[in-house]
Amino acid sequence: MTRIDFMQGNTACAEGALAAGCRFFGGYPITPSTEVAEHMAVKLPKLGGVFIQMEDEIAGIASVIGASWTGVRSMTATSGPGFSLMMENLGFAVMTETPCVVVNIQRGGPSTGQPTMSAQGDMLQCRFGSHGDYSIIALSPASVQEMYELTIRAFNLADRFRVPVFLMADEIIGHMRERIEIPDSVPREERRLLDKGTLPFHAGSDLVPGFPQFGKGYGVHVTGLTHDERGYPCTTSPSVHEELVKRLVAKVESARDEIADYRVTNPAAEVVFITYGSPARTVEQLIHDHPEAKIGHLRLRLVWPFCEKALGEFPDARVFLVPEQNLGQMAREIERHTSVPVVPLPKLGGALHTPGELEKAMEIWR
Amino acid sequence: MTYTEWLREDRLPHIYCAGCGNGTVINCTLNAVDQMGWKKEETVFVSGIGCSSRAPGYIMTDSLHTTHGRALAFATGIKMASPDLNVVVFTGDGDLAAIGGNHFIHACRRNIDLTVVCMNNQIYGMTGGQGSPTTPMGALSTTTPYGSREPTFDLCELASAAGANFVSRWTSYHVKELTRAIHNGLKTSGFSFIEAAVQCPTNYGRRNKFRQVMDQIEYFKTHAVLQQKADRLREEGKPLPENSIVVGEFVHRNRPAMGVKR
Amino acid sequence: MRHEVRFSGFGGQGIILSAVILGRAAVMYDGNYAVQTQVYGPEARGGASMSAVIIDDQPILYPKVTNPDIFVIMSQEGFEKYGVHAGEDAVMILDSSLVQSRPRCRYIEIPATREAKQTLGRDIVANIIMLGALVRTTGVVGEEAIEKAILDSVPKGTESLNLKAMKLGFELAKKEDIT
Repeated sequence: MTRIDFMQGNTACAEGALAAGCRFFGGYPITPSTEVAEHMAVKLPKLGGVFIQMEDEIAGIASVIGASWTGVRSMTATSGPGFSLMMENLGFAVMTETPCVVVNIQRGGPSTGQPTMSAQGDMLQCRFGSHGDYSIIALSPASVQEMYELTIRAFNLADRFRVPVFLMADEIIGHMRERIEIPDSVPREERRLLDKGTLPFHAGSDLVPGFPQFGKGYGVHVTGLTHDERGYPCTTSPSVHEELVKRLVAKVESARDEIADYRVTNPAAEVVFITYGSPARTVEQLIHDHPEAKIGHLRLRLVWPFCEKALGEFPDARVFLVPEQNLGQMAREIERHTSVPVVPLPKLGGALHTPGELEKAMEIWR
Repeated sequence: MTYTEWLREDRLPHIYCAGCGNGTVINCTLNAVDQMGWKKEETVFVSGIGCSSRAPGYIMTDSLHTTHGRALAFATGIKMASPDLNVVVFTGDGDLAAIGGNHFIHACRRNIDLTVVCMNNQIYGMTGGQGSPTTPMGALSTTTPYGSREPTFDLCELASAAGANFVSRWTSYHVKELTRAIHNGLKTSGFSFIEAAVQCPTNYGRRNKFRQVMDQIEYFKTHAVLQQKADRLREEGKPLPENSIVVGEFVHRNRPAMGVKR
Repeated sequence: MRHEVRFSGFGGQGIILSAVILGRAAVMYDGNYAVQTQVYGPEARGGASMSAVIIDDQPILYPKVTNPDIFVIMSQEGFEKYGVHAGEDAVMILDSSLVQSRPRCRYIEIPATREAKQTLGRDIVANIIMLGALVRTTGVVGEEAIEKAILDSVPKGTESLNLKAMKLGFELAKKEDIT
């Protein structure tokens, strides 16, 4: 039995986290993500979990990483400036292979920018924002329902791959309220504990080491320094560093097809929109209003690692049109993977692309 | 207790310079932890960046060597999520009072049940001797080549004012007192802060007229003034001798704390 | 049956809550679809506040209001900012105690703030009077549905006051003719 509700996107995200078993939230209030924290502050204590408002976002993500090492599913939520502040510790989470979920309700930047307006300007920052080479997983919801579902998936992916997983929503999806169906139970993929006797950072064929949870007698040393399989700092050996960083990247990138998550509409289309987040809603409206036009639509629910296989779903594509609330961040990535022309349809300022605007953009290519 | 019970032998020798005071503080801390009877599997050491922060890497328990300045925020997450764990933080003057200053005062304010041992060598030792918020006025460092012109932080006053339940200062000369202070800190529920003045012969002493390791330890011995004596002098309206290091137990109270074992 | 309802007034009148209640009534008690959105500014009180609800029996794709067919206007500034361009086919429910202007479209005058103060003794429930009038005038959600949604949404202890306000809205809308 599912339960119908009328809920805000940010609340649905928090509800999804709780359903996924998240029992620690550390964060700092920032518009337009604050409702996630507020809902967690209400609910977590009743479920035996911990909500803590830290002194800044740096401390927020730090507390989440600390909590995660004790085996507790943990997350934070933020936006724009707060996301920037988290970057160093997100690199630490990558290097130490700490499962955690980071929700970013994107607003207009750079800097303080437009606190209450929608944007998708952090899509490259979530992928590349910390220093060094690495890979992460990012999901992008286009409805309140997906705020719930993809938050749950974020926790499962984080635990399986031991990486930070980002829920890259935008203000429109975060703040709107709509119908949501809440299921009785949700899928759960557990964090695999380290086999005793195995070196703590030794990975098998899936490239993900077992998790040596604190308090279980593993006696593990966890450091953001380059480390060997024992977890010991080893900062001057070129081969140790190269092998570690390549594994951190490969464990995510080699699974890109398997974890891919996208929706295809009209695969025979010649003109194809590629979207994620709220612009998907405009394209869906356009397709609905012009059924005869057979407009193609690739909607990415999982954005990073970018799944190039998805582009092959449209063998007849003559053009990929990419409406984004930024100046073409994902369009740039898509362009790397195809010989089909990729046309960014950027929109800044916070308003959603209208069906009329996208229709006009499409007409040029028909 | 012998060092083999707590230290990872496969990680020795350590990176500390000959004559460094950090080893003394690690020794005192492990003695205090051992006196508590804490088991290794229920104890976690956390640190940030710097010489002091390499300490957890040599200890057999679970340990988290984090980013510069943020150890207390990471430790807060560990302790709040799993209050049954005993959490000890090693930090230094740069890590705690400069880049981590805000986390320091907020961890004190929350009075979270951690024990924080700060190895204050008055310098950034690991990176070659730059000035820190505790580098004394006039002292030389690579970034204060004409003598520091900045007033310093009194870390213990900071911790007291911000709400810590236990605050104490000793030096690497005062091994017994320091061990006892850390033990008292471990026993105290809430935030316990122990500052240990330590010598850094390589990057502080060398530039500041402590040519030999023993020179600075001798200085700690001769300049340490017991808190009780300092109070008495103040009451009598007499000035403290120049360059005094006031040592002792400054705060021991029982304010409401967070993250205490249930 | 897509309807686009736009609410506007000043911050503190409960403009956003009104929209949330309306959307909730449509989804939870009429079995329809609804999307509620709003304009967020930095001010918590005062200023022109706006919130919108789309109601449809089909899933709602484009979530933003493009051409509202129903307006609920509770301040002069709200009228000027969000109501003045109402299309000729639209219908506007306006709080005649606070809005001086009149639109080109059909409208109904509800002295909600005055009635809330004089009849119910609490001007805070003016928005609920407006909701009652909106539902009676347009039937955009069922009257039972709005009643349940109001009861879900208002603070404990204020249920009977809010239901009185809703019913007063029903009556005021009945008495008035749409002009």
